[in-house]
Amino acid sequence: MNKMKKKNRISGSIRFLLIILILYLIVFLFSISVAKEAFLNFLIMFVKIIPILGMVFLIMMLTNLFFTTERIKKHLGEESGWKGWIYAMIAGIIISGPPYILFPLLGELRKGGMKNSLMAVFLYNRNVKIQFLPVMVYYFGLNFTLILSLYIIIFSIFNGQIIGWFLRDRLQGRSSSEE
Amino acid sequence: MEMVSRKTILKKSLLKTLQSFKMSLPIMIGILLLINLINIVAKGHYSKLFTGNLVLDPLIGALAGSLSFGIPITSYIVGGELLREGVSLLAIAAFIMSWTTVGLTMLPLEAKFLGRRFAVIRNILNFFFAIIISVLVVLTLSFFK
Repeated sequence: MNKMKKKNRISGSIRFLLIILILYLIVFLFSISVAKEAFLNFLIMFVKIIPILGMVFLIMMLTNLFFTTERIKKHLGEESGWKGWIYAMIAGIIISGPPYILFPLLGELRKGGMKNSLMAVFLYNRNVKIQFLPVMVYYFGLNFTLILSLYIIIFSIFNGQIIGWFLRDRLQGRSSSEE
Repeated sequence: MEMVSRKTILKKSLLKTLQSFKMSLPIMIGILLLINLINIVAKGHYSKLFTGNLVLDPLIGALAGSLSFGIPITSYIVGGELLREGVSLLAIAAFIMSWTTVGLTMLPLEAKFLGRRFAVIRNILNFFFAIIISVLVVLTLSFFK
C-alpha cells in the first residue's frame, strides 16, 4: 500500500513536468520566439541555481544528520512555547532563499516535528529582507518601509495562529492521511 | 562499533536526502519553466492591469502579485515603476505583499513538502492579508503626513 502511494507520488511529479512541457509545446506552436525566450531564461536560471541546489542538498543532509526529531520538537515543536515563535520569526528574517529551496528544507523540519504555525511564521517573515530594505526605501521611502515591515512581523503571528488553529482543528475533527 | 553506527547514520541521512531530491526535482524544473513563461507574458503589461479604482486596484495588485514570481527586490522595482506611472500606493503595497507571500506557481511544490491543506490555507490567508496590510500601511502613512 505504501509502495503504491510512493509510486503515485513520483508519477505525480513527473506528470506535472509533462503538463508544463505540453504547455511549452502549445506556446511554441503559437509563438516560437516566446517559447524560445522562456526556455532560454529557464536554462539560465537553472544553471544559476545548480550551486545553490548543491548547498541545499548539503544543508538538508546536515539537517537530517544533526537535527534529530527530539531537538526539532523541543525548539520548534508543540512544546517549544513562545521561544519557538521568536526562533521562527528571526529565522524567517535572517534566512534568505527562494521558496523552491526553502520548502524542501522546511519539509525536512516538518517531518522532524516542526509545528505548522511556526512554518507559517517563518515563511511570512521572509518578506522582511534586511538586505533588500535599502531598495524599498529608495522607491517608497523610509516610513513606508518601516511600517510595512512592522505589519509583516505582526501579521506573521496572526498567520501562524490561524494556520495552527485551522490544521489542528482539522486533525482533531478527522483522521488525516495527508498530514 | 561507534564508527559503524556513524557510517550507518550518514548513509541513512544521505539516502533520505537523495530521496527527497529525486521527488522534488521534476516539480522544481516544472515550476521554473512555468515561471519563466509567465514572466515573459506578463512583462511590460502590469501597468495596463490597473484601473485607478481604489477598491478594485488593491485586489488587482494582490492578484497580479500572486501570479508573479521572483526575488522581493524585483517586486520593489516593478512597484516603484508603477508608482511613477500613477498607480495608487494601495495597489502597489498589495502587489508587493502578495508577490512574496502568495505563490500560485509555487503551490504544487509547497503542497508536496508542507502538505496540500497547509499550502492552500496559507496562500488564501496571505492573499487577504496582503490586501488588509496594504490598507493598514496606507492608513498609517496618512497619519504621518
